[in-house]
Amino acid sequence: MRRIGIDVGGTNTDAVLIEEGKVVRAVKAPTSEDVTTGILDSLKSLGSTGVLGGKKIDGVMIGTTHFINAVVQRRSLTRVAALRLGMPASASLPPFCDWPEDLAALVRGGVWMVEGGHEYDGRLFMPLDEAAVTKAAGEMKAAGLKSVGISAIFSPLDPGHERRAAELVAKVIPDAVITCSSDLGRIGLLERENAALLNAALADLARDTIAAFEKAIADSGIAAPLFITQNDGTVAEAAQARRLPVYSFASGATNSMRGAAYLSGLSDAMVIDVGGTTTDVGQLKHGFPREANSVVKVGGVRTLFRMPDLLSIGLGGGSHVELDPLKVGPLSVGYRLLREGLAFGGKQLTTTDIAIAAGLLELGDRKKVAHLDAATCETVFAEAARLAEEAIDRMKTEAGDVPLIAVGGGAFLIPEKLPGVSKVIHVQHGDCANAVGAAIAQVSGECDQIFKDLSRAEALSAAQGIANDRAVAAGANRASLATIESEDMPLAYLPGNSVRVRVRVVGDVAAT
Amino acid sequence: MKRELSLDDIESLAVGAWILGTGGGGNPYLPLLNMRLLYKEGHRVHLIDSNDLADDALVGTVAGMGAPLIGQERLTDSLTLARAVTLMERHLGRKFDALMSMEIGGSNGIRPFMAAAHLDLPVVDSDTMGRAYPELQMTSVAVGDLTGYPLSLVDVRGFESVVHKVPTWKWAERVGRKIVTEYGSTAATCQPPRTGAEVKQWGIHGTTTKAIAIGTAVREAQRRHSDPVAAILSVEPGKLIYKGKVIDVARRATEGFLRGVVRFDGLDEYRGSAFAINFQNEWIVGSRDDEPVVMTPDLICVLDSVTGEAVGSETIRYGQRVTVLALPPTKIFLTPKGLQHVGPRAFGYDLDFRSVFSA
Repeated sequence: MRRIGIDVGGTNTDAVLIEEGKVVRAVKAPTSEDVTTGILDSLKSLGSTGVLGGKKIDGVMIGTTHFINAVVQRRSLTRVAALRLGMPASASLPPFCDWPEDLAALVRGGVWMVEGGHEYDGRLFMPLDEAAVTKAAGEMKAAGLKSVGISAIFSPLDPGHERRAAELVAKVIPDAVITCSSDLGRIGLLERENAALLNAALADLARDTIAAFEKAIADSGIAAPLFITQNDGTVAEAAQARRLPVYSFASGATNSMRGAAYLSGLSDAMVIDVGGTTTDVGQLKHGFPREANSVVKVGGVRTLFRMPDLLSIGLGGGSHVELDPLKVGPLSVGYRLLREGLAFGGKQLTTTDIAIAAGLLELGDRKKVAHLDAATCETVFAEAARLAEEAIDRMKTEAGDVPLIAVGGGAFLIPEKLPGVSKVIHVQHGDCANAVGAAIAQVSGECDQIFKDLSRAEALSAAQGIANDRAVAAGANRASLATIESEDMPLAYLPGNSVRVRVRVVGDVAAT
Repeated sequence: MKRELSLDDIESLAVGAWILGTGGGGNPYLPLLNMRLLYKEGHRVHLIDSNDLADDALVGTVAGMGAPLIGQERLTDSLTLARAVTLMERHLGRKFDALMSMEIGGSNGIRPFMAAAHLDLPVVDSDTMGRAYPELQMTSVAVGDLTGYPLSLVDVRGFESVVHKVPTWKWAERVGRKIVTEYGSTAATCQPPRTGAEVKQWGIHGTTTKAIAIGTAVREAQRRHSDPVAAILSVEPGKLIYKGKVIDVARRATEGFLRGVVRFDGLDEYRGSAFAINFQNEWIVGSRDDEPVVMTPDLICVLDSVTGEAVGSETIRYGQRVTVLALPPTKIFLTPKGLQHVGPRAFGYDLDFRSVFSA
């Protein structure tokens, strides 16, 4: 297995080559405005080391912030037709009703609500009003709308109405790009619909970005399929990522944690990723980050995406240091470190200067920080360690000491011993953990549904079957599938034995 | 005195009502969203004091019934709530003079205002729980043995039902719950009508104002990045019970309720001390180091330690860092009759009620 992992960060675009389970080479290139140039540069830089040498590459896995940035910065978005199947319910809260005004003004091409949807137990809520769907599609066409987001009540349980409506819309608008909310899982109509509408708003950008990535790879002379890493530490094939770009919103932090697991060989541990400005602390369970289980806002829009549960604090390699009184962070020089840090001729004392003075790092001009004595360095490191310790303690979910993997460019701030930590593990290539995480990403499938009148074991097994099929559809090798999350929740006030089951499975990317 | 609520009051009401939900009652986010849209369309709602009611005034009690999860797909709708009220008026052959809340805790703390926005009726600053509870007989009006019927229940598709007569509040709960289930486990309801005199005697007063004050304190603390828990304690005579993080959540559904236990590990000054809360939709009994220390009807509020916002029993999860507060209940629940309805034994705990507020 030979893969290239690329992580497009705020400062650097990192690329690594992994061959038979080993990191062969890691390179960095500055992130470019258009992102693809940075990717091209990093691939060139990797190629120039001769490690590729005409060998067959099995896949290029890219982690990118393209899609989330488009939403946050309100650019490159497509106007969307929202079609909700669920009348007469929920009429007082139409699609886009809880979006920030500015974003809604850019994306909302029109709203149509027609009868349809299901009950929690699979019964019809209302029959689908097919004539109304066709009429709505005609109006969408007249308005020049080509990207359509479709939602229906309880569609994660029964996606039938959404699928049928998609067919009807496609008959009227043959080149429509349609997102069905049931493809984005999870119960919670408004949040799931928001995800579908955001996804539909990224239709053009996703098509162009994936095409640009494919071109960058081809231009580098690499013949390998493209995969895009997703929020949960798995990858999607390029075609799937083009269809569901919202799943690739927040892959950077996840990739770092997955990379940390891989480089250390541990699958259950705390991870601390110390960057230039911030430090993220998370927890690995079965090799994957523990997920936040609640509402996640993206660009001000409430969604229920699968995102890692992270605590971010203002500590990093570029953090400002004040000595009297002692203060480390949260201000940082960020990517200006090589200009503004003391050791680089600048005026700002940073944690990196302290590390240079203490002889931990060989960077810049050590003479410029010679006035910082050992005792001063000690107190600064102790303060950084205290901040880290507090964050780790807050993220721990079990009592007792746990192993801690320290990665990222600022990992030198994490001492070998910390209270509450059984051992601190620094790993080789830890500064490129995110690109490593991208390179080793697997494929996942999820099921979140209500099952009725089944035993708990039967419900879990039914959910697992659905999750497995979804993973295989997303490109996983069935034989390699393993369940990494399984949660069941009995439902209050519902008759019979109603239980909501959520199962997530992962597997290796199937050979093509 | 009649006063118009600002949208900012209602934003605070949502935060405060969720805290008074004591783990249940449903997150008020969707009712709040309805109110934002109603205010944008020009609707306004007004709050009156129970003393403003004539003794023979007629007051409609508005509530949603059903499973909170269903409410996440079939979103709460203001016109349907208004229909439950007008159905009751048709049944009684008489118009209401005001509306009130059955349950200030959770989403039902806002629903009367959703109906009021369409019906141009004031809302009384009183409710019948002072918090959230899972069943209809767990109210001050049931403790007062006021009539437990009729009950109107409507569905957004046009279904209209009235439970004309039942012998007890428990029967109202049983029969009403059956109808709600057939509707798809969600319904807008108008609870048994009350006279002004009944509201004055048996209502729990000032609870909307209280929820707004709690919510305002939390929101201001969030803006100033100060301690939201301290902010709540500055406006309410509450008691800090515990600070910790969730280490285990065990849930099971029995007889239509979500029951279970959450275990916590202490943080800060509570380090080394274990805490557990048993719940039945709402937080019922809290035990420190296996010793019950706080129980219903005292309000047990589990708050996110950072934001000060409430954490519900349906969504609480591993690793959450929380602060547990107790708030005092209405005196109506502290009588022997009150404790029969909502004391620990009403939830199957063989415990004599001890309040954290009795010195």
